[in-house]
Amino acid sequence: MWSYEKRLQFPVNIKEPNAKLAQVILTQYGGPDGELGASMRYISQRYSMPYNEVAAILTDIGTEELAHLEMVSTIVHQLTRNLTMEEIEESGFANYYVDHTVGIWPMAAGGIPFNSCEFQSKGDAITDLHEDMAAEQKARSTYDNILRLVRDYPDVYEPIKFLRAREIVHYQRFGEALRIVQDRLDSKNFYAFNPEFDRCKS
Amino acid sequence: MNNNMMNSERERLYRDIGIIDFVVVEMTEYLDTHPTDKEAMEYLNHYVRMKNQAMREYAMKYGPLRISDADGCNQNEWKWATQDWPWNGGC
Repeated sequence: MWSYEKRLQFPVNIKEPNAKLAQVILTQYGGPDGELGASMRYISQRYSMPYNEVAAILTDIGTEELAHLEMVSTIVHQLTRNLTMEEIEESGFANYYVDHTVGIWPMAAGGIPFNSCEFQSKGDAITDLHEDMAAEQKARSTYDNILRLVRDYPDVYEPIKFLRAREIVHYQRFGEALRIVQDRLDSKNFYAFNPEFDRCKS
Repeated sequence: MNNNMMNSERERLYRDIGIIDFVVVEMTEYLDTHPTDKEAMEYLNHYVRMKNQAMREYAMKYGPLRISDADGCNQNEWKWATQDWPWNGGC
């Protein structure tokens, strides 16, 4: 069950359209380290997770990622509204425009459509939490790359900076979740059994 | 009250809600991995109460930001649907 709040997690107020920036930022919507993959990763991993605290952090971070998805979509939307045909033709945005006009559709900056291979749900607590920690770092790197490209656009820079900072906090929380899991496993061999599958360690 | 004054008051309350809720989100995630931290729980509870109060006030004055506050609105129209959405600068 989810409920919606009709507001953004962090304000986005972009005045000038810029199709070039929209094309690269779109990758954090539907690209390999984007927010769609992030939210689906954590929300999917919850069901076979046997530890309540870990299911809690997957739920709450997965939910926050949906709010980030909305922020990234808003940035792309505000960068593409009121574009002229000349701007679309000259910025290289025509390839996106021909299929989606200025609607929001999940794909990577290089044009590859979103698919669920962007994330993993392995059904193994240690494996999944390592995936989650790596995912947060990959998203942080992507935001760092975007920040270099938008350094002269404060309206875009500020919300991207906020999103980048959240990746670091989430990395920390997943590290704590991994510790919670390991504390409940056999300290001589963390891989003796998979707590999401094996019924007992024998 | 003129339109500008009403807008700036509304924007201030909307911004406050964003700041208060940031604490709620951050503390919720912290507590998930530190579920016996009593001080953190009290801190979260304080901000949850502040948020509910601010959300209630916003709903009463300008229309609901979540359906659970819809009963606090004295409006003749369903503002949830008729007002701007967040991606278009609505607040």
